[in-house]
Amino acid sequence: MKGVTAPELFWWVILPYIALATFVIGHIWRYRYDQFGWTSRSTQLQEKRLLKWGSPLFHYATFAAIGGHIIGILIPESWTAAIGIPENIYRWFSATAGTAAAIGVIIGVIILASRRMFVARVRATTSPVDWLALILLAIVIIIGIVETVGVNLLGSGYNYRQSVSLWFRGLFVGNPDVNAIAHAPLLYQIHATAAWAVIMVWPFSRLVHAWSYPVWYLWRPFLVYRTRKAQRPNEPGTSGRRWRRIGVRY
Amino acid sequence: MRIMAQMSMVMNLDKCIGCHTCSVTCKQTWTNRPGTEYVYFNNVETKPGLGYPRQYEDQNIWNGGWELDRKGRLRLKGGSRLRRLLSIFYNPDLPTIEDYHDPFTFDYAKLITAPPGTSSPSVSARSALTGREMVPNWGVNWEDDLAGAPQRALGDPNIVAMSEKVRLDFESVFMFYLPRICEHCLNPSCVASCPSGAMYKREEDGIVLVDQDRCRGWRYCVSGCPYKKVYFNHKTGKAEKCTLCFPRIEIGLPTICSETCPGRLRYLGLVLYDADAVAKAAATSDPQDLYEAQLSTLLDPSDPKVIEEAEAQGIPHDWMIAARRSPTYALIAKYKVALPLHPEFRTMPMVWYIPPLSPVAEAASASGYDPDDPDTIFASIDTLRIPIQYLANLLSAGKIEPVRSSLRKLAYVRSMMREKQLGAYREFKIESDDLTMVEAQDLFRLLAVARYEDRYVIPQAHEENAGRLLAQHSLSGCALEAQDDSYGQGHVTSHFMISNPANSESGGKRIDPAIRDDKGRLHLRLLEVSPVNQLQGGCGL
Ligand code: HEM
Ligand code: SF4
Ligand code: SF4
Repeated sequence: MKGVTAPELFWWVILPYIALATFVIGHIWRYRYDQFGWTSRSTQLQEKRLLKWGSPLFHYATFAAIGGHIIGILIPESWTAAIGIPENIYRWFSATAGTAAAIGVIIGVIILASRRMFVARVRATTSPVDWLALILLAIVIIIGIVETVGVNLLGSGYNYRQSVSLWFRGLFVGNPDVNAIAHAPLLYQIHATAAWAVIMVWPFSRLVHAWSYPVWYLWRPFLVYRTRKAQRPNEPGTSGRRWRRIGVRY
Repeated sequence: MRIMAQMSMVMNLDKCIGCHTCSVTCKQTWTNRPGTEYVYFNNVETKPGLGYPRQYEDQNIWNGGWELDRKGRLRLKGGSRLRRLLSIFYNPDLPTIEDYHDPFTFDYAKLITAPPGTSSPSVSARSALTGREMVPNWGVNWEDDLAGAPQRALGDPNIVAMSEKVRLDFESVFMFYLPRICEHCLNPSCVASCPSGAMYKREEDGIVLVDQDRCRGWRYCVSGCPYKKVYFNHKTGKAEKCTLCFPRIEIGLPTICSETCPGRLRYLGLVLYDADAVAKAAATSDPQDLYEAQLSTLLDPSDPKVIEEAEAQGIPHDWMIAARRSPTYALIAKYKVALPLHPEFRTMPMVWYIPPLSPVAEAASASGYDPDDPDTIFASIDTLRIPIQYLANLLSAGKIEPVRSSLRKLAYVRSMMREKQLGAYREFKIESDDLTMVEAQDLFRLLAVARYEDRYVIPQAHEENAGRLLAQHSLSGCALEAQDDSYGQGHVTSHFMISNPANSESGGKRIDPAIRDDKGRLHLRLLEVSPVNQLQGGCGL
């Protein structure tokens, strides 16, 4: 790693690893000690007209965007080239599909965020960590959209697969290319940094609901019976948030 | 045949005075927490009226409960499982807080902090959700005693379904109160709607509960229940529902709503039923036959064959004794005076109602009959179509016969006792096809004089059995067999998930339900774990 300064090393290598460790350990901790807090914390009871459009739009577009990221940064350019997809075709595809997803995400997030801010009943249920997660997500999303639409679709284009992706994939094999990200355009740097922040906040926010998508409902029997089972009370301090004291905010 | 015991309730609507004690004590016990301000596990509605949440009975709006598909198979009215998973980001059938009510309180501080002046200070309503000032315009009990009925009551789904024109003018109106809790159904659509598998029916006593640790807040149980008796706690993001006060039931005490009801109109007791017959009964094609179909799944606890089979399947001996003494079984199956609420929802509800005779007697006198003359009561039961059709829409999917038969028995008991009291100057001359004199005496005792221990026959839970199946809890949903293919999504799906009933030693050591500590305070022993059970794992969480 020639020419890498200490701050660069910290920012682009150590910080991501801290984020990943927080992500993994945080989830294990949360799953073990806060089953009671593990929920989507739906606000549909309070408001449903805006949610009806915002939530499905946001989620489906987010899934598309996540899929795009997997293709874009986890699959090396040499692989797509090997099956005969040239770089310009790939970039064209990523720009249009990405733009479609981006439009969905941005409209969705605008609806959801304005609902959070302007519908009094919804705002009253929003905890600080909800705000944090939502703001970080919004930063990632907005900058991501500027990249996709502004740079790749309308602008001159930037082959992130030659730079950002190399660094990102390198993180997982223990050989991150710090120079690649450190000299990428500022937008890409902010996008990546905010994304790590989201990863770090994830296990402590409502975002954990994403891991509980109940696919097995499809083949579960309809009725569930259980026998009364003996249970010890939880050890003090390990039982998650439980029911809050009356008058305590969310 | 798979025999299961079910804790069930019967309410005698004639005796409900609409005092809401049940709602209040229930609320104090279970839902006096933030996030549940709007929640009433027990609520009392004035009928006719829209109810709580608004118009919950109209499944064309809310899509709760079950329906039959074109081939006559049972399926959730809220759509297929796949549809539910795809629309999980927004549940199309969920009521909003306006349908329940924006819970309000008052800024009482103003009463003391207001500056001195000539007029008394007044307080304004504040939303408990936002803390802002608000004007209440709907509430859990907005329609108490027919308040606003001229504007709203005609929207009552039970009235909409009637062919007769219902008049709401003061002279000809009829009304009664309908206290409601969760029905702890035999075929609960809330459980079937829960994608997480967090809701379950207890094998021992049939109580339907939400596992707070497994609920992920997908809120399909709320829309799945046609009685809207699962609620979303907006603070914890988890579903909550009536627990039938299981910590009390387990030690043989009645639920709080029953315990505190000044009308003493609630009965609690076991019924035995054949769990294998439920799915078929719920799929009965004509909704008007559902009442009889549900009756047919109940088993007679005095039948020697049932006794033998039940004990072989592990139902404890003392539970069988309790089942034979059960007041709910007597009212439901023996005298057939109690009827299920909206059997057409096909969930096989287990809180049944004795229809009120008084509105009928009232209507009789309003239309010129002498309500004190038993003969005219019988005549009016047959001729007064409106209240009877209304009750039938509520309690037997619109079929008149069960309601009429129940009311005739009640009228018979009433007039028989009247004759007895006034026998000195009036000869007893009433005959009934349905009841013998002896049965009528029994029924009278059960309805009018039953004491605490006759109204609540609740066997204690067997603690020595709790956790005996822990080793089998490793599979998801804590259950083993999938047995029935006739349901839902075709081949891979099955209706029941029942773990093997290991034969238990029923006569084991009983532990005192309550202990006193050093200071003499009483502690209820809810579930005590024996050392062996502690070693085994939990419910595959
Ligand atoms: C994988 C399956 C997922 C499912 C089933 C799911 C489901 C849900 C549900 C039911 C809600 C509550 C909506 C309501 O208020 O009623 C919700 C909210 C939310 N979800 Fe997801 N989600 C998933 C994945 C994700 C992912 C991957 C993200 C973000 C990266 C995400 C971000 C959010 C956010 C930010 C909210 C709050 C929206 C608001 O402000 O009201 N979800 N989700
Ligand atoms: S009444 Fe109770 S058991 Fe029946 S579907 Fe509703 S919540 Fe479930
Ligand atoms: S059920 Fe009992 S407590 Fe509840 S309103 Fe009726 S009389 Fe009062």
